[in-house]
Amino acid sequence: MRKRQIASTVAHRTAIVLYIAVALFPLYWLLKVSVTPNDLLYTEGVRLWPSRTGFEHYIFVLKHSDFPRFFANSLIVSGATAIIVTVLAATAGYALSRFTFRGKYWIVALMLLTQMFPLVMLVAPIFKMLSPLGLTNSLTGLVIVYVAFNVPFATFLMQSFFDGIPKELEEAAMIDGATRFRAFRQIILPLTLPGIAATLGFVFTAAWSELLFALMLISSTAASTFPVGLLSFVSKFSVDFGQMMAAGVMALIPACLFFLLIQRYLVQGLTAGAVKG
Amino acid sequence: MSLVASSSRHISGQRPLLQRLAMASEPYLYVAPALILIVAVMLVPLVLGLSYAFRDVRLLNPFSGGFVGLDHFRVLASDVAFARALKNTLLWAGASVSLQFTFGLILALLLDRPFRGRAIAQALVFLPWAVPSFLSGLNWAWMFNPVVGPLPHWAFALGLTSAPTNLLSDPTMAMWGPIIANVWWGIPFFAITLLAALQAIPRDLYEAASIDGANAVQRFLSITLPFLAPTIAITVLLRTVWIANFADLIIVMTNGGPADRTQIVASYIFTQAFRRLDFGYASAIAVVLLVLLMTYSLLIVLLRQSLLRRA
Repeated sequence: MRKRQIASTVAHRTAIVLYIAVALFPLYWLLKVSVTPNDLLYTEGVRLWPSRTGFEHYIFVLKHSDFPRFFANSLIVSGATAIIVTVLAATAGYALSRFTFRGKYWIVALMLLTQMFPLVMLVAPIFKMLSPLGLTNSLTGLVIVYVAFNVPFATFLMQSFFDGIPKELEEAAMIDGATRFRAFRQIILPLTLPGIAATLGFVFTAAWSELLFALMLISSTAASTFPVGLLSFVSKFSVDFGQMMAAGVMALIPACLFFLLIQRYLVQGLTAGAVKG
Repeated sequence: MSLVASSSRHISGQRPLLQRLAMASEPYLYVAPALILIVAVMLVPLVLGLSYAFRDVRLLNPFSGGFVGLDHFRVLASDVAFARALKNTLLWAGASVSLQFTFGLILALLLDRPFRGRAIAQALVFLPWAVPSFLSGLNWAWMFNPVVGPLPHWAFALGLTSAPTNLLSDPTMAMWGPIIANVWWGIPFFAITLLAALQAIPRDLYEAASIDGANAVQRFLSITLPFLAPTIAITVLLRTVWIANFADLIIVMTNGGPADRTQIVASYIFTQAFRRLDFGYASAIAVVLLVLLMTYSLLIVLLRQSLLRRA
């Protein structure tokens, strides 16, 4: 029995280490390429670490490119999108989880429908709709589009988190005299904190990565987000992989930081403790 | 004081009309902001886009916009590139989702078990998901490149290939390049979602089952799986549709090449819309894709309902 336990522990840890290695290796490679001087890039391409490292790619990107601006634009767009989506998805997800009401079926069907059609289809009509409103080449326009795209999935996600919390909790609060909205705010929302964190993380990353609509809606350098900026960077400086990867590493930083901040919420159990306590 | 008053009214069931009205409209108020936005930014452009499929809409042609009936669909029926893209989409979505789901579920189960350093391990394995999709595409294209990437040389050393060649330029195997990148990138999505669902399962159930003598496999099959089934169904449904439409990695890594071997329907639509600026034809292809995906989704929804009924 004891032997089997040890074997299972060893297998478990080995599997975890393997997952970590596979997850990190491409990122390690990105970092490696970004600090490899140009003259070594091709001669020492397959070496795990170059014989000489340098930060000239980073210095170039920071000093001679618009990258800092793209970076700020992406931060604004992704942050605003994540917060707005989470608020909208929390209320909508709560309604879908707790209420039965006329039209609920159709609302769910509509939200599912939005997950099915190719977003490429919307590029032209959205461009034609936003253009007269002055919302092309604007970060606001981008946020509106991203919020709408991310709300349906976030709502389903929040709904599943609410479904995991026993109804008895707010029923008890309401019998004690609280309104439903107060019970939702003061009892249910704090319990859903891991769910809210997960939703924020999902949406932020999705907005940070979006390429298609950013390319279509934004043409000015001033309003470019990181993906648009990086692609123009690529075309402008031919295929300078060192600089591109340096820019990539910098763009990874906020996404990773944000992610590391929220990931501890994912560790916590969602309802464990709440029901028992 | 007011709290006590409203509670006694609640119990006696005699609420004033206004309050009852407020209660009846409550769910609508919760849903309204999300709903309005979805209708304005997704549904309205969708209908507009549907109309493009039957019109001659070319961005650079000011005289376009006229009604052409089913012309686009007639051209589409004999479009060889489209037929190939359909086949590629099946492989792309099928292989990506099943591999992401399998590895994601294993990872979720591994992380559901407490161990020292779990928080750090979890942060590290979920990291690929924080990588912007097109950046991971570039990164993997680089990894497959025999000049500077390590993968072709490793495959050669292991005897998998006869020479260190680029997977992405091999017509028979190229599709697996974006698929591998997609799997690497998408595993955390499934793992996070499934882990959240796993942790919502009451621990008491496992304890009770253990006391009754159920082994690990029995506990997995009779507690974990039934609890996860609805989450799995909806996640797989949404993800398959999403991945079938997900062209970023392919655009970045192969641009549909070599010789359209990695072109999926979504990237084909992208090509038509952005290279040829032919929104009409692109929309017609999108309509066909839409019909196929809706049929698929309907099947999954029916499956999920029958699963829920049994549970």
